[in-house]
Formats: sequence, C-alpha cells, structure tokens
Amino acid sequence: MASATVLLAFILIGLLDSLHYRAQLESKPGQKAVYAVEVLSVLDALAAPLRSRNEKTYSAPFATRLYAKETIDVPGQGTVRDYPRLKHGGKHLGEREDEVAEDAAFTAFKAGVLAFIGWLGVFGAVVTVNRKKCPKLKLREATFAWDAVLLTLLLILVIAVPLFWLSGYYHVFGTDKVGQDVLYQILKSVRTGLIIGLVTTLVMLPMAVLLGIVAGYFRGWVDDVIQYIYTVLNSIPGVLLIAAAVLMMQVVIDTHPQWFSTAAERADLRLLALCFILGITSWTGLCRLLRGETLKLRELEYIQAAQAFGVSSWRIIVRHILPNLMHIVIIALVMDFSGLVLAEAVLSYVGIGVDPTMTSFGTMINNARMELGREPVVWWSLAAAFSAMFILVLAANLFADAVRDAFDPRAA
Amino acid sequence: MLAYIARRLLYALPILIGVNLVTFALFFVVNTPDDMARMQLGVKRVTPEAIEKWKVERGYDKPLLINAEAGGLASVTNTIFFEKSARMFVGDFGRAEDGRDIAREIGNRMLPSLAIALPTFILGLFVTITFALTLAFFRATAFDFWGVVLCVAMMSISGLFYIIGGQYLISKVWRLVPISGFGAGLEAWRFLILPVLIGVVSGIGSGTRWYRTIFLDEITKDYVRTARAKGLPEALILFRHVLRNGMTPILTQSIVAIPTLFMGALVMESFFGIPGLGSYTIDAINAQDFAVVRSMVFIGAVLYIVALLLTDISYTVADPRIRLQ
Amino acid sequence: MLKVENLRLGFTAGKKTLAAVDGISFSIEKGETFALLGESGCGKSATAQGIMRLLPAAGRILEGNVALEGEPLLSLSEADMRAYRGGRMAMIFQEPATSLNPVLTVGRQIGEVLERHLDLRGDAATERMVDLLRQVGIADPERRLTEYPFQLSGGMKQRVMIAIALAGEPELLIADEPTTALDVTVQDQILDLLAKIQVDRGMGMLLITHDLGVVARMAHRIGVMYAGELVEVASREEFFTQPRHPYTQALFEALPEISRRGLKLTTIPGQVPSLAAMPAGCRFADRCAHVMPVCREVSPPWREVADGHSVRCQWQGSAAEDDGTRHAVTELDIDPGKPFLQVSDLKVHFPIRKGFLQRTVGHVRAVDGVSLAISAGSTLALVGESGCGKTTVGKALLQLIQPTAGSVTLGGSELVGLKGRRLRDARRHMQMIFQDPFASLNPRLRVGEIIAEGMGALGVETDPEARAAAVSALLKQVGLPDDAGDRYPHEFSGGQRQRIAIARALAVQPELLICDEPTSALDVSVQAQILNLLKSLQAELGIAYLFITHNFAVVEYLAHDIAVMYLGRIVEQGRAEEVLRSPRHPYTQALLSAVPVPNLDARADIIRLPGETPSPANPPSGCHFHPRCPKATDVCRQGYPGVTEVSGTHVVRCHLVA
Repeated sequence: MASATVLLAFILIGLLDSLHYRAQLESKPGQKAVYAVEVLSVLDALAAPLRSRNEKTYSAPFATRLYAKETIDVPGQGTVRDYPRLKHGGKHLGEREDEVAEDAAFTAFKAGVLAFIGWLGVFGAVVTVNRKKCPKLKLREATFAWDAVLLTLLLILVIAVPLFWLSGYYHVFGTDKVGQDVLYQILKSVRTGLIIGLVTTLVMLPMAVLLGIVAGYFRGWVDDVIQYIYTVLNSIPGVLLIAAAVLMMQVVIDTHPQWFSTAAERADLRLLALCFILGITSWTGLCRLLRGETLKLRELEYIQAAQAFGVSSWRIIVRHILPNLMHIVIIALVMDFSGLVLAEAVLSYVGIGVDPTMTSFGTMINNARMELGREPVVWWSLAAAFSAMFILVLAANLFADAVRDAFDPRAA
Repeated sequence: MLAYIARRLLYALPILIGVNLVTFALFFVVNTPDDMARMQLGVKRVTPEAIEKWKVERGYDKPLLINAEAGGLASVTNTIFFEKSARMFVGDFGRAEDGRDIAREIGNRMLPSLAIALPTFILGLFVTITFALTLAFFRATAFDFWGVVLCVAMMSISGLFYIIGGQYLISKVWRLVPISGFGAGLEAWRFLILPVLIGVVSGIGSGTRWYRTIFLDEITKDYVRTARAKGLPEALILFRHVLRNGMTPILTQSIVAIPTLFMGALVMESFFGIPGLGSYTIDAINAQDFAVVRSMVFIGAVLYIVALLLTDISYTVADPRIRLQ
Repeated sequence: MLKVENLRLGFTAGKKTLAAVDGISFSIEKGETFALLGESGCGKSATAQGIMRLLPAAGRILEGNVALEGEPLLSLSEADMRAYRGGRMAMIFQEPATSLNPVLTVGRQIGEVLERHLDLRGDAATERMVDLLRQVGIADPERRLTEYPFQLSGGMKQRVMIAIALAGEPELLIADEPTTALDVTVQDQILDLLAKIQVDRGMGMLLITHDLGVVARMAHRIGVMYAGELVEVASREEFFTQPRHPYTQALFEALPEISRRGLKLTTIPGQVPSLAAMPAGCRFADRCAHVMPVCREVSPPWREVADGHSVRCQWQGSAAEDDGTRHAVTELDIDPGKPFLQVSDLKVHFPIRKGFLQRTVGHVRAVDGVSLAISAGSTLALVGESGCGKTTVGKALLQLIQPTAGSVTLGGSELVGLKGRRLRDARRHMQMIFQDPFASLNPRLRVGEIIAEGMGALGVETDPEARAAAVSALLKQVGLPDDAGDRYPHEFSGGQRQRIAIARALAVQPELLICDEPTSALDVSVQAQILNLLKSLQAELGIAYLFITHNFAVVEYLAHDIAVMYLGRIVEQGRAEEVLRSPRHPYTQALLSAVPVPNLDARADIIRLPGETPSPANPPSGCHFHPRCPKATDVCRQGYPGVTEVSGTHVVRCHLVA
C-alpha cells in the first residue's frame, strides 16, 4: 500500500502537468483573445518560480553563487574574476551568504511542522470516517491498510512540503548548464515517464489480450498465423525495431512540419508515437503468455461443460476465459510499467526516445552525462535524475509485487 | 535429435522472410525514397533534381515491387525489393552513406561485440544462479528477505546509472582500467573487463529474483520430498536435484533476456567506445543512415534466431526428455 | 519398534497455528503392517510426514514423542535425522509420476541412497542396484538403470520408488497411499510386491490409505483417523468383524456393493469440521447417528473393548442396526428393446506427427470401433482402466471431440457431422458430468449463473424470472441450500460442487447424462451421497446414464448394463448380472478378481495380470490383450477375435469363448 501511495503522488504530478493551457494575454475588449505562444500546464503555474527563475549556468544545490567564475564589474575596483552571485538562489539573504545552512534548516523545519499539522488533519479525517463506519474498528486491523498509507503520506508530506517551500528561495537541486532549475526538470520528467508507461501498456493491451486468447482458443491456422506474427516481431531485437521505427517516424514528422502548430504539440505527438511503437514491439510477451494459459484453460472441464451446452465460442471467451486470465494481465501490466520507464531513459539516451526538447529522465541524463567530465564535477543534476527515477521505479516494482501477491492464485 | 535441430533450422527460414518483409515495409512503404532523400539532403538543398540524383546514386530510383518496364525476369529483379531487401539473404547489404561496404563493416565489428556480449551473458548467468541458489537455500529467513529487498532495489536502478557510476568510480577515481577504447588481440581484456562487469552487475537484481522464484517453485515439487526422504543434505538436494530441473525454465527465460543483451550492447559500446555492432548502429541512427539501420535490423534478427537455436540445443543437454524423443 | 506418543502437528496460516493432527499415539511391531485409515484431510499423511520429519514449510511439530527402537527422533538434530531418513526408515509416495526426479537416471536416483547410507560406490553399487531392481520385479534391470523416469510406465515408476526406499535397508517403511494413482491390475501387483518384501525383510510398515479394500488385503492392525484424531485401533479380525466406532461402521455402510442394489446407501450427513472450528467434545458428534448429550461436552476417552481393540467413543452399542435410514429406491421397469442412444463402430483417432516435416506417421487409436446402445431410463457402465479410451468415448458422443468414423444416433437422428443450430438442439438431450468437481466449475461465476448458463445457451428458459425459479428448484432437487445460487464455487466442498455440476446438467432437462468418473475424486461417505442422488434422480426423472468408471463397486451398485473396454475396444458387454456373475473375457475376470474387497475372505482366486496396458498408438497384433492374458494361445496372437454371443444380451470378443 505504501508503494501505491508513492505512485499516486507521482501520478498527481503527472496529471497536473498534463493539463495544458495557454495563458490568455490581456486584450482589449471586442478583440479576439490573444494567447501566449508558450504552452503551460497547471504544474507550471504552481511551480512558476521554479520555471522562471533561471540562472546563467550551473550552480550547486543551495548555492548562492554560480559554479563558474566570471568576470564581474565591481564598481570602483574594476573587473574581478569571481563566482558571481545568483540572480535568484538565496536572494533574500542579501549579504548574509554564510547563513545558508541555518536559514535553509529553519525554513525546512517550519515547512516540516506545517506538513505534519496537515498530515494530522488527514489522519483525523480518516480516523473519524472509519469510526463512523464501524466504531470499534482499530486502524491497524482495517482491511484497507490505512496505517501504511498514512505513514507514507506523512513521509511524502514531510519531504515534499519543505522541498517546495525551500525551492522558492533556493535551487534545491541546483541548476543545469543553461541555468534551469533541476527540481523543475524532474517534475516535468515524471510526466514523460508516466505517459510512456501508461499509454504503451494501453496500446499493447487490447492487441495482446485479443490475439493471445484467440490463438490459444481456436488453435489451428489462426494460432499458426498469430504465432508467426509474434515470432517475427519478436525475433527483431526490440531496440533495433524501435530505432528503425523511430527513424522512420522522424522522417514523417520532418517532412510534414505543417501538422504541428507548436513545438510542444510536436513533442507530445512524438511521445505518443513512441508509445505506440513501444507498444507494438512489446505486446508479444504478454500475448505468448496468454496463449499458453488459454491453451491450458480450454482443456478445463468447465469450458468443456460450456461447449457441451453449445455456448458460442465468443461467449465462452468473454465469460469463461477472459475473467480467469485477468490476474495474469494485471500482473503483467504492472510489471511492464517499471521496465518501460527504465527503457525510456535508455532510448532517449541513444537518441531514439522522446523529442530532444522534451524533458525526460533520459534527456536529463544525456545532458548531464557530459558534465561528469568537468573538474570539479557537476553531480547534482545526474544524481537528482537517477534518484527520482529510482523512487518511481522502486514504487512501481513494489506495487507490482503487491499486485502479484494479491492476484496470483499460486501464492494463496 | 538431429531431426529436431534440423526442424528448428527450417523454422527459422519463414521467420527471416517475415523479418525481411517487415523491414521492407518499414523502410520503403511507410516513407517513400523521396522522403528519405529530402531528409538526408537537408531542407536547404531540396530540389527535385537533387532528390533524383540522390536516389539514382543509391539505387532507390527503381519501382518498389514490380518493374513493369523491364521485361521477363528483370521485372522482378530490377526492383527496390529485390535489390535492397532480398539480397540481404546472401549477405549483400549494399553500401553505407560514407560509401563503405556494410557487410565488410559488420564482419569487422562482430568480434568486439561478441567479446563483450558472450562473457557478460555467461558470467551473468553463473553469478545470478549462484545468488539465487543461495537465497533459495536460506529461504524464509531474514537473509532471504533482505536479499530480495536488495534485488528489487537493484532492479529499480537505471542501467545507465551502473554504467556512468562504474565508469566514474573505477576508471576515473580509482584509475584501474581505461575509461574507454579498444585494443587489438589479447590487450583487449583491459578494455573489456569494465563493460562486462557492469553488464553483469546491472542484471543481477532482476535475474536473481526471477531464478529464485523458479527454484522455490521446484522446491515444492514431489521429487524434492523424495530426495529429502532419502536423507540427502539440503545443499546436495539444491545442487543435484533442484538446479538440474530449474535449468529448463531458466534457459527459457534467457531467451527473453537476449534482446536486452542487444540493448545493453548498444549503450555499452557507445559509452566505452568499443568498435562493435552496437556503436555502429548508434552512429548510423545519429547520421540517419538508413541502409545501415536496415541491415542491422536484419542482422539483429539473424543473431537472435541463432541464439534461439543455441538455446534449443542447450535444452537437449538439460532435459533428457527432449534429448531422447 | 516404532512408538508414536501424543503426537501433535500443526500448520501455520498467518499468525495462527491449526492442529491438523491432535494427539495421536500408536506403535508398530517388527514385521507388522499398521494401516492408518481415513478420509481426505483427516491428517493421516501429515502423521506420516511428521514421523519422517518431512512436513512442508508451514508444518510444525507441536508436541509428542516419536521413537524408533527406543531412540527419540523428534529431539535429534536435522543432520542426525538425515541418517535415519532413507536409512533406517524409508518412505514411498502416492504419485510415482511426480515423485521421481525427471532429469536424473534411475541408477543415479537409487545410487544416491547407497552412497549416502551404505557408502557404496562404483561397481559394488551398480551390482546392488541391479539386485534391487530385480527384487522389485523389473525386467532387464541393467538397461533400466540408465533410463529416465519418463521412459517407464506408472507401475514401473512405483517399483523404482520402492527400490529407492529399500536401498537403505530400512527397518520401517512408510507407504503413503502407494497405489491410489495406479490402475486396479497394477495396484494388485504393487500390493503383492509390498507384502512379499515385508515378509522377506521383516520390516515394519506404516500404510496410509483411504481404501478399505487395500486395508483388508495388507494390514495386520488398523487405526482409523477422523479429523486429526485416532478414533479406533483394532486388529484385522476385530476390525472387519466388529467395528465399534460409529464412524468406522458408517464407512462400511457407505460402500456401494451389489448386495445393496436397489437400496439407498447409508451416508454420513454433513462434512468433516474444519481445522479452525473443531467442536469441543467428540469431533464426530455432529455427524453421528448415536450421538448423546455427553458427546458434545467432553472428548471421549479411550475404551478397551477387546484385546488389542480400543475405541474412543461413549456409545456402548455394537453392530449397526438397520433402523430404516435406508429406503428402498424403486427400480424402473425398463423395456430393453428400445435403445434411444445407438452408437455403432465409433472411432476416434489422433494423428501422431513426427520427424522433419511433422508428417503423420501413425494414429493413436484412442477409440477403435465401439458400439453401444442405451435404452431410456437405464444405466450403462463403461468400465476400463486408465488410457483405455472410455473418457474419449464420452466426449465423442457429445461431439466435444470430432469422431473419426462411425455413427451416433440419438432418438433416430444422426449426430456425427452436425453443425451449428442442429447440433445445439441435439445437445439438449444429453449432458455431461465431469470427474474433477474443482475444475468443472468456473471459479469466477456465481453458482446461479453457472446453472443458468445452459438454459440461456440452449434457449430452454428465456424469461429471467422463470429462469431464477428454475435455478432454485434445481438447487433444491440436488439438495443444496436456497442461498447457494448467490455464492461462488470455492465456498463449497467437493461433494457439494459435484451437486452443482449435476444441477447444471439437469437444467436443460436432458434424457441422457454422461457421467465421467463423477465420484472418483470424492471420499467414500460423500460418494455415497452422490450415488444416492443420481439413483433417485433416475427414478424421478427417468434419465439414462452412461457411467464411465474404473470402480467396480460403483458399477455393481448402479449399473443395468456393463461394457468393458480395453485399448479402445469393447471386449465384453451385457446385462450387469451376466457380466458380474459370469464374466467370460479373461480381462473382465482379472479385473473383477483384482478389486480389493473390504472383508476378511481369503483371496486365493486373484488372477494376476502381468505388465501394464500397452500404448494405444502401437497396440499388440492379434488380440490386444494377448501379451497379458494368462490363457493366450497362438490364435490370439494372430487375429483380433470376432463377436461371440453368449446370450441374447451378453457378447464377448475372445477366441477362447468362440
């Protein structure tokens, strides 16, 4: 349950970022409304300070100065080469630059206390709702694991609220080469990862389920054809097939620039196309699994009993086979999800993933990799990307385990 | 058994034809050669003449499937399909954008790729099976529990992290082996050891967890109870009885792992600057060299089918039921 | 030699531990066979595993003592215990098919034991292994040593298992249902072998079984288990002549037999209480015919009724009185002249594909020319051992498997080759009940939906309300509570599930029910309930049954006509009395004699059949039965015998009768 809560938090971020709008510029009455060129999302609005407060180039977490020396004009002293002050990071401190630690800790503490109070509110609400339903029930014994959910929620709040609070004053995870806040990039990447994971599974699901069951149930030539299709697709190594398909998609996109009105739209479409391609290359595994399971199921006596009644084949599939396969489908879907998030990073790194202008874990890592070669090392961007990904994938993996334990009849 | 292998080989043929058709469809039907020419030439220089010239130079000016102009046999042979796709069966891949013969290039790069992929695969199998057996031995103890937790944590870490982290730590901070590059002959081991190591480590998490489940499945079977009733020690039961029976599902699983080997090769070779097939592919993708990507898709499928065949043969070693029937 | 005292075993589920075996004590002498008898779930297998300390991961030994020759086993360290397992005490299991390691040779698996316990290796070990295989009656032992289990037949695998058990030269052999998975004729061979080995070696033997017939054949002393407790211990003679515990008596009463034809079988009402909700007093109280108030309060103490015969029961009465719990079931008057299902020369062949291009190189002749006739309202039993094709006949009748040749006519219309609507119409007239009540109901549908499915598909009842009414009427008819329709199958026990399956089949009002081993997965007491139900349904509704089974006891109780199948063909067919009283085919004679009978009668007349049923892919030339037939002559080796009429209703296919 804890993993589900963390996943929900990620999904919330993703959802916030998916609600796109264009800011309406002030316009005179009577005129047609004019919209800004830039597409924003709700998340952008919430994290406006993160988005707009760009620095010039790299800066370390909680730094007040840039990471590279620059020539600064100091009035009266001519030019000095020094680390310039950041435009935004720690601005409120003014001259008291050495008090960063205390200030940050104090702010974090304040926010932490606030978060805790907020959590207490949720806790109280949950308890009272549960009390109303069945007065004697204790929280730990409830069928729904409220204690785990609440505990995780506490952790998330205690970490997230101070983080957000602090990000108003500092660049908590530093900034990248062009001075963008890393925290902001990570929030944006979450959405990309989620979309890849979710849309791809949605694309492959109907195909895998339908073909797998049909092949297993009807056997004969239908089975031969479906098996042939998936063996062929399967025998082309996924990466190469994806590479080829993405390359071809690129050609389509480049030769039809008129289809896209904004860059974000193009990036989104490319993302969708990537999901589609990933879906086409990854349905074979589930399909093979379902075919094997259907072959076993169709020999079971309750299927034969239904056949003896003359129940039509499609009805048998829908009523008898599909419900008894659902647990496999659900388990496979959740397990695939984390794999896809990881795959996206590698693909984007190789250059056949999402649009380079789109923020994703892959592109972040790709950009940040070069920075490892610098002396002194720029580590925060990479570390932040990897740890955010780790948390997301870990939550997904744990969730998958929980789902498997709950649905797998063998475990029971 | 020979008939079994021969039949497997025969099955591969229609699959290769299928692969060929898929690549043909992908590269010539989804996008016309005109589109590719436009893409290759860049936006500025696109004139109908330039496109035509580009197509003629590369032999893309022919009809796709049937050449109505040429008579007789040439109506089939003098086409893009025959020239570009069907010829791949005999190892003729044409030339890359830079004019080099692709088949020759593939031949040269095969060895370094294999030098990484094979040790990674074998060593990885060995290490993960060892870990999985250890966990199975200590099943239902705290050691097993934390082992599984570690596995889940390890499989949640991106493969890129292992590469970047390993490269940074071992090569840059400790300076044990060169960061990247490749040497000829026996000298190559110094360049190979890090990528192989990283390849093995990044696969431990999911592999161990998976094989552990397989072993635990086997342990509940009746023949294990028989072995216990014989008074055999637990370790012997695991190694002689459970491991032998678990090999079949493990081999099946390793077929599924083969594509990830390709993926690994792709990333690994480009990170470590190893002149293998993976880095060749990446370069081709970045240069948008269609001919090379097309050839690699086909070669990749061939390699995959060969690996499949090897797995089939190894089945016969692991399972007497297949060997003797 | 073996002494078990107050042994308690439990299984942990979550945080709770449920006692599956609750304080049992018994002892076994050298050279003695002690049988633990009980129905499934009574804890008899757990007891055996507990003695060997081989309980599954969730199992715990809670309390008690187990001593072999005075040495306590439960306090030994695991490493010391291993020296006993396979050495001084050995065990054989129920399923020979899964109990051998499929990827190791027979020699390797026996050799392990020799190496572990006798320190024998190399040639000396091989010599011993050949010797062992010869002892367990395996021909050509040198070659068998290098073979893998999948190359052996079921009976041979069990022989190998016995050889493995004997390899360590045990003093105690524990046999956990050693013949349950085997055919009657093979069971006979294995029981013979076990008895002979025991005498030769003077071993003690703990035999775990649910089969009263096996007990009668093998045991010197018997312990009856019920719900984790031992309820009666008696010597063989006492046990079969004067069973004292009401449960033991009920077990005997519930057996179907020819003497009970036309009578309702005594059943034990209700079911075994679950481990989680054991009654405080006598555990059998709720199902007992002689229950007294005291039974529900205190757990009954042991009471010695005769020398070596003690029972745990408050009730002092002895023999079961015929107190009118049995009601006569009126037999229908059947007009034998009017068969309403006629099967002639039915063949089902499955192609065998082999080699490079998967050409068809032969056929498995699962059913090879079967002719049957069933008249309305009567029962035809199709009897045969596993692999003889009897189930395939049932499925081919329903057209679930496409017959290769032959005809099936139902009430005058041909079924073979029917398609679509017309086939569906025909299926209204016959339905099937399957063997495994756990696999025959879709776990994701409610019982009501399961029963209504056929009505919907065949358009019997279209109005939803009428259908719901029909469903509840059916539930009542098969003896299930009214609320059963809204529950899921997993909430029901095996016997109840079989009732649901019967209700489902009855829903479309068929005239013929094909029952494929409907009681073989059930305990004796539950089997009696289902047989009673089937019989009363026949009386009420006039349904005909095709009863497919390997169990002669059921056949004797239920059938009007009998057909005996061997390797895809019917070898003998006739009225039940004719076939049972004067069987003419040697195979029928052997089958009948091999059935273990649960009484004390000396059994000198067993006809022992060598070998096992050959594969239907490659049947022997001539009469299929000749390699195993004790009376085979040259004629038998040459041609398949024709049909010989013994009487107007009794036909045999045998050269010796002709």
